[in-house]
Amino acid sequence: MEKEKHVVVIYPHPDDESFGAAGTITAFRKQNVPVTYLCGTLGEMGRNMGSPIIANRETIPKIREKELRDACQVLDIELELLGYRDKTLEFEDPEKVANHIQTILEQIEPSLVITHYPKHAVHPDHNALGAAVIRAVQQMQPNDRPKVWAQAITNTAYEDLGLPDISHDIMKYLDKKVEAILAHKTQAAGILGSFKPESKKMETMKEIVKERLGKEEFYIWKFS
Amino acid sequence: MKQINLKQVQQLLNSFLNKTVYIHLETTNGAYASHLNKAANVGAFIRNAKVNLSHCTIVQDKDTYRVGLKMDNGWIYAEGITHWELYEETKLLMAGHDPDGRLMVALQLSETPFEN
Ligand SMILES: [Zn+2]
Repeated sequence: MEKEKHVVVIYPHPDDESFGAAGTITAFRKQNVPVTYLCGTLGEMGRNMGSPIIANRETIPKIREKELRDACQVLDIELELLGYRDKTLEFEDPEKVANHIQTILEQIEPSLVITHYPKHAVHPDHNALGAAVIRAVQQMQPNDRPKVWAQAITNTAYEDLGLPDISHDIMKYLDKKVEAILAHKTQAAGILGSFKPESKKMETMKEIVKERLGKEEFYIWKFS
Repeated sequence: MKQINLKQVQQLLNSFLNKTVYIHLETTNGAYASHLNKAANVGAFIRNAKVNLSHCTIVQDKDTYRVGLKMDNGWIYAEGITHWELYEETKLLMAGHDPDGRLMVALQLSETPFEN
């Protein structure tokens, strides 16, 4: 892996960073590369309330913010909250969101940005924020632009986009990834359980992470 | 949240009668329904709708409950409610969860707006 100056990860939900990029983030931190997570929302409209239920619709934002801070501590990365509301990103003015992100990127001056691949990231918030990030970087002077790695998570990504440019086997960092995912206490069991509903045991969760999340793949965005 | 107690929740519902009330109403099967299960993604929410209620009723149907709130010009309805909580001593939160604790429906009443 090329040595980066600063990596900025931009996803909309607390836990996207852990499920999507914990291994890649850990690899950068091992090289002492600073990593900042710009998290779009607090997952205010999430369905997973913990099992047993510990959250309600009004307490979930605070609980998820705490979980996110814990996960960022596990991953040893900086956190900045963008302050949007879960499920509403695609209805915001795209230009405003792009300008907002551009301002932050111009402060941090990262060499690499990681985000979702617009239209290929399943959740409307993923697609909308990914598009805003691409737009923000596109608006920058070509010489100032960081590289962008876009993550596609649809079931048909390979057919639609071809094989990803970057494929990280993150088995070396599996324990870290599992630890980061489990920091999202209200989310981990529900989400991992939806892959394999029959068991919620720790060992099974590790197996699921290995099987389903053992690779982190990205497409290098080509700016016109 | 706790399992619904019909009497207690009905009493609390009555306390919102003939006042300006803020409503949060929501139903969802999750943003990944079609991704994971080939189900259709369906959902809707409204937060901080301001209404006036003239009659409020919660009804039991086996293990779940339905709530109907009569407004001056129409109705608010939720089914599949399983849990409730009196939040910050004034806000009545009701929700329906699946066996894994995932929220499927929520109906909440408050005399002050819910946090944006
Ligand atoms: Zn997400």
